[in-house]
Amino acid sequence: MPEQQPPALFDLTLTEEQQMMRDTVARFAESEMRERSRTSDEAGHPPEGFYQRALELGFNMVQLPEALGGMGAPRSPVGNMLIAEDLASGDMSLAIGALSSLSFINAVLDQGTQAQQRTWLPRFAEETLHQATVALLESQAGFDPGSMRTTAKRVDQGYELTGTKSMVPLASASEVMLVVAKLEGEGPAAFFVQAGADGMHIERQPYMGLRALSLDTVKLEGVTVPADARLGESFDLQRLIDLGKIGLSALTVGTCQAILDYVKEYCNERVAFGEPITNRQSVAFMIADIAIELEGLRMLTYRAAARAEQGLDFHKQAYQAHLQAADKGMKIGTDGVQLLGGHGFIRDHMVELWYRNLRAIGILSGCAIV
Amino acid sequence: MINLELTPNLEETRKATRGLAEALFRPISRKYDRQEHAYPEELKALGGPRRKRTAEEIREAEELKKLAKAQEKQNEGKIVNGSNLNGVVSVAEMCWGDVGLMLSIPGAGLGNAAISAVATPEQKERFGHLYASMAITEPSAGSDSAGIQATAFLDGDEWVINGEKIFITAGERSDAVVVWATVDKSAGKAAIKSFVVPKDAPGLEFVGLENKLGLRASDTATIRFDNCRVPKDNLLGDPEIKRGGGSFGGVMQTFDNTRPTVAAMAIGVARASLDLTIELLEKEGIKADYAKDVWQASAIQAELYRMETDWEAARLLTMKAAWMSDNKQANSMEASMCKAKAGRVGNYITLRCVELCGAMGYSETELLEKWARDSKILDIFEGTQQIQLLIVARRLLNKSSAELK
Repeated sequence: MPEQQPPALFDLTLTEEQQMMRDTVARFAESEMRERSRTSDEAGHPPEGFYQRALELGFNMVQLPEALGGMGAPRSPVGNMLIAEDLASGDMSLAIGALSSLSFINAVLDQGTQAQQRTWLPRFAEETLHQATVALLESQAGFDPGSMRTTAKRVDQGYELTGTKSMVPLASASEVMLVVAKLEGEGPAAFFVQAGADGMHIERQPYMGLRALSLDTVKLEGVTVPADARLGESFDLQRLIDLGKIGLSALTVGTCQAILDYVKEYCNERVAFGEPITNRQSVAFMIADIAIELEGLRMLTYRAAARAEQGLDFHKQAYQAHLQAADKGMKIGTDGVQLLGGHGFIRDHMVELWYRNLRAIGILSGCAIV
Repeated sequence: MINLELTPNLEETRKATRGLAEALFRPISRKYDRQEHAYPEELKALGGPRRKRTAEEIREAEELKKLAKAQEKQNEGKIVNGSNLNGVVSVAEMCWGDVGLMLSIPGAGLGNAAISAVATPEQKERFGHLYASMAITEPSAGSDSAGIQATAFLDGDEWVINGEKIFITAGERSDAVVVWATVDKSAGKAAIKSFVVPKDAPGLEFVGLENKLGLRASDTATIRFDNCRVPKDNLLGDPEIKRGGGSFGGVMQTFDNTRPTVAAMAIGVARASLDLTIELLEKEGIKADYAKDVWQASAIQAELYRMETDWEAARLLTMKAAWMSDNKQANSMEASMCKAKAGRVGNYITLRCVELCGAMGYSETELLEKWARDSKILDIFEGTQQIQLLIVARRLLNKSSAELK
């Protein structure tokens, strides 16, 4: 991203365009996501036609260059972060699904060659739904990108990929996915792998939460891809991960905002010992702490995104935002259940769903790339 | 447009105050921790002359005020970075140097904040040059400022004040005290007014100074008022008792601006601890470079990352509250949020840094142990952690103080 002129003010105001997109996405989250969150979780899939309707919000094409059929707005991690936050206030599973292609697009815009952008991106300016995704995570306990086991080696026709990727959003529905692997003798690299590639097996795996989202295990048994399928000229894995951390933090902000709104209303109405339980400090202070930590997390996330957008180094800020999202997000998730008491444990209420979804934040990587 | 970086102007402020803290505060930090009640003479240079302004100076000040007003008008509807943001940035840096010494800068008392917030132009003229401390707390009323027992009654052209005030920061060194007292005990908090009491007022008795856990460079005084008399015009704000707590609310609003300032103090002290801890650990080969995933990092690194993260969240919350204030947005809740977060985080960080640095951290050879003592008060004064949570919770949940006690 080119370095821009640093803004002349410390400022927390959205631009008009951001506010407009925000209003649109918030309406969508309200009408298409929040109400359907529970049924989607139980059913294990989104409402019929959901991804098509999400596509109509237009965020996949806004930042696509005009030459690729898009609207040509400058790449904006801040704008993307706000979309992730607002979608997640509706439902995190559906949000990650809806952002899967955008995550791929952003990675390719960020690090792909012009030729790769021309090959893989114009389809996302169409009105027809095209899915894509990024495959980074692996299932070994204590996984970190440094210990990645998926390998790539140079072969005559290009590269051969071997290994297993986990928790890949919408892999089975994707036309193309970006697979991160360790290139023998060279370090991390990413490769475009098309649907139906020989030697690739995709299987959905059920998880503790995010159940409306197809999180797939992708087995690569000697999958060969052509030489030009290697992303970019040099690959910056940390940058890809960090842009993803900003997205994950934004998803946490949105989810925790939903929790705050929910427990405020519930606890104000819940009467025990003759008065609303929010008349007790033990309850009220827990809610105050949710609000404080949530706002702190929001500021960390905004700063990381704004730095990325300004072309400043943002590794530390993204790291901090995600660390706080994993820690405080889970705390807010568990307090949300606690505040409802036994009712919080029952699937009639939303808080147990948010609890399960938030547990994924400390684990996921490479989805919701902003 | 969203930007949470310091602008070149704010960065300049930061560097200048950091320089001052480094050059002026750090070298005498330990000295005045040890000599608890000694007056830090070195700070006199900072206070400027404490005398009434000349006619010329008053005219110049008026001109400046006019210019500022015109500028404000020009900026109407535009986002600005003003005195509040500048304030929290510079306070944090000064407290990186030494929080007790910062609080001992002559002329910068809490009473001065109250005077500049609510005094009439005529009162500003009379009191503006005074170094004013603030006397709220009593032996039996701390956080519960509505429970104040000190009284004031009007006798002819004078207020007669009776009562005892404790925990008065700069109570010995200041020229005047802004005293909170009730003008009608049966009328509740609406009857609590504040009065400017010069230190030489008849009936003002200086009782003594406290010996404290930390913040030893700053004097903390007890003052008794025994039929202490001040002119009628020394009452700040509206003399009427308005039911519904209107005027008390006005006094309390002083805190919307001062809470982010105290949050900034905690941020400064905690940063000092983090900086030194990181420096000492680096000598042992432990780097806080965020190179590894938190679960692959060492336990010490992970703890440093978590502390720096919480510190950063506290700092940004404080910047937000100050920014809202600069832009005339109601920020009562945000002011309490940043104070709550910074207060607890500051205390946690300074204590943990002592532990991480082991014997060196606990020893008086370094300042880490001092910062860990200094930080505790920052989660207490200007509203304890618990009071901040009460304020936040009442706002969030739309509760009265009768409902959520």
